[in-house]
Amino acid sequence: MTRLAVPKTYKLYLGGKFPRSESGRVYAIQSHDGEFLANAAKASRKDARDAVVAARSALGGWAGATAYNRGQVLYRIAELLEGRRAQFTAEIVQSEGVSVAVAAAQVDEAIDRWVWYAGWADKYLQVAGNANPVSGPYFNLSVPEPTGVVAIIAPQTGGSLLGLVSAVAPALVSGNTVVVVANETMPLSAISLGEVLATSDVPGGVVNVLTGSPAEMAPWLASHADVNALDLVGAGDLDWIHLEIDAAETLTRVLQPENGPDAASPSLARILAFTETKTIWHTKGLI
Amino acid sequence: MSFLDYAPAPESQAVLNLRADYGLFIDGEFVAGRGEPFQSINPATEKQIAMIAHANAADVDMAVAAARRAYDKTWSKLSGSDRGKYLFRIARLVQERARELAVAETLDNGKPIKESRDVDVPLVAAWFFYYAGWADKLDHAGVGPTPSARGVAAQVIPWNFPLLMLAWKIAPALAAGNTVVLKPAETTSLTALLFAEILQQADLPAGVVNIVTGGRDTGQALVGHPGVNLVAFTGSTGAGRAIARSIAGTDKKVILELGGKAANIVFDDAPIDQAIEGIVNGIFFNQGHVCCAGSRLLVQESIHDDVIERLKARLSTLRLGDPLDKNTDIGAINSAEQLARIRELTDIGEQEGAERWSPDCVLPETGFWFKPTIFTNVSTSHRIARDEVFGPVLSVLTFRTPAEAVAKANNTPYGLSAGIWTEKGSRMLAVADKLRAGVIWANTFNRFDPASPFGGYKESGYGREGGRHGLAAYLKPAAGRSAARAVPPAEKTAVPRKKAAK
Repeated sequence: MTRLAVPKTYKLYLGGKFPRSESGRVYAIQSHDGEFLANAAKASRKDARDAVVAARSALGGWAGATAYNRGQVLYRIAELLEGRRAQFTAEIVQSEGVSVAVAAAQVDEAIDRWVWYAGWADKYLQVAGNANPVSGPYFNLSVPEPTGVVAIIAPQTGGSLLGLVSAVAPALVSGNTVVVVANETMPLSAISLGEVLATSDVPGGVVNVLTGSPAEMAPWLASHADVNALDLVGAGDLDWIHLEIDAAETLTRVLQPENGPDAASPSLARILAFTETKTIWHTKGLI
Repeated sequence: MSFLDYAPAPESQAVLNLRADYGLFIDGEFVAGRGEPFQSINPATEKQIAMIAHANAADVDMAVAAARRAYDKTWSKLSGSDRGKYLFRIARLVQERARELAVAETLDNGKPIKESRDVDVPLVAAWFFYYAGWADKLDHAGVGPTPSARGVAAQVIPWNFPLLMLAWKIAPALAAGNTVVLKPAETTSLTALLFAEILQQADLPAGVVNIVTGGRDTGQALVGHPGVNLVAFTGSTGAGRAIARSIAGTDKKVILELGGKAANIVFDDAPIDQAIEGIVNGIFFNQGHVCCAGSRLLVQESIHDDVIERLKARLSTLRLGDPLDKNTDIGAINSAEQLARIRELTDIGEQEGAERWSPDCVLPETGFWFKPTIFTNVSTSHRIARDEVFGPVLSVLTFRTPAEAVAKANNTPYGLSAGIWTEKGSRMLAVADKLRAGVIWANTFNRFDPASPFGGYKESGYGREGGRHGLAAYLKPAAGRSAARAVPPAEKTAVPRKKAAK
């Protein structure tokens, strides 16, 4: 006798918790072959705004953590993903219709990307900051700091896990908190990653995952005054010029869409894109 | 006769040799503009200094084309060391003509001669010296090996530091290998045109720097021109927002230095005499026409009365008047328009219930003047505590704890600068950490240096000017990627897919 399966309810990941959309809306996710896989929460405007509130609330703690601590927390995500390779591989096979080997390779790369970015947490500041030899009795230092709340439209094509990780990880390195809109048609990896994050050491609210329609949510996030930066990496098929125009209202920092297999490829520039340089002049006393 | 009644000591204008009319500087030559010429006046006397050409869209087009030609044919082909040598030449010429530039700046802008002579012009020379040395060292600018220039830079600058803002824009742009079309502010074109003469003296190749004078329409035509690769703007947040909107969807690189409402935080253990000087320098330097001015004084409650009393005594010794007089501390407001805005906001300050105070001083009968003004009993919701006045107006608020000081300081959409006054190093570092502002002065204020990056958080704009960071903005990383890219991209996933297909 075959065992009756237990289907999973897919929910949002907001502020460290897994609520359904306050709107009660869901949408059907299909496998690559067109089979019904599950219903996922279709986030509403209020969900998106709640996600920004959660991200803002978590910012002080995450940005204020030591760089060493942030690096360890990010590395721990890699450790946990490593233990869940089979689950992520199976979900990618279902969603993307690729072979097990291809899916496993994507998971491996996503794990390695966490490791790579984890190592940057206590180094990017040394590489991007410097002392400045000003003319006068001052000790003058420039250091990068996190920009704040970063809203991300995750890549909508390519590997659904790798694309998500490639966009989220660099924003976290310096201490930003994130609201990410998952891959619309293949959100399984994003939802499962939320479950990994919830059981990792990443504080609640540091990463918030919204599933649903990027076309619907992106304008809400782009025009939100409490969003400091907007990563449109996966917004290439949206009316992204309008999103950039919306973001200009509060001088939100914008990263434009990227396409192809190199989208959001790992780089220091991606970390620095979500930082602000603070320059401090310390007066030296006369002795 | 009080000790303040000095005999007049005006700087001589004999050093100036101004023309009656100035054209646009395009492709190495002065040419007539096709718009309606306008007069540049001395804000201290309201008298005309010269007529200035007004560039229309066709003129801007011509200037961008000249910059493109110069980029393609000359400037991008020069070695970094040769570009550097041109910048060194320019720096030396600025030094040699320093007095003339200072007098012209004061005449056109209204700022005291002691500021244009001792701050603006020396910094202009320093800026060119600093970036001259970078021109052949671009591999070390922090954007990876063999970076390239972006191409043609469109630069629009404000009227508060006309020549200094020009230097902030042009020096790093040329060092990085870009060519430039620069638009000075409508009320302060004069020193940019004298600078064009310096470029001719330096034999800078034609078209490498083009200067188009004019109004808002000129600036819009320049910023929106499809032929420019980079837009650098210093000015109001409103204008910056419009630029950010207008370049949406393009691959133009943008640097925006916008408004500010800086908090100058004075703790009860501050070195009080220095703090008073710092507060005065923070808000009354350059008549408060400074985007990073310390316009909100946050003073710890326990020393509020003492600080205000000393501040009033100090303000009573400031000398307001002829900007060319070497003893003048407060010069003229740059334009009638700006004066009207300062009056409007200060009137609102009184209406909203803040207490207004200015020292007794006689304002000259002609020209645009505003007495240094302090508002006490200001609350965080008052317009004078939120809006950028861009004038000699200080709003005083109080706090009890460092946490309250930080919360109040950060309670603004701006984030350009801040000041901290305390003798306690650990407190100063902790507060500096928590302030959301791009430039923080500890026990000093309004210091500028070409080696020191400057720029804002939040609605004060993005990008940095000055230092290595200021150079990087004008460079494009090799192959459009960061040098730090280390992990191979997703090719791996493509390989097994083929196998699976078999």
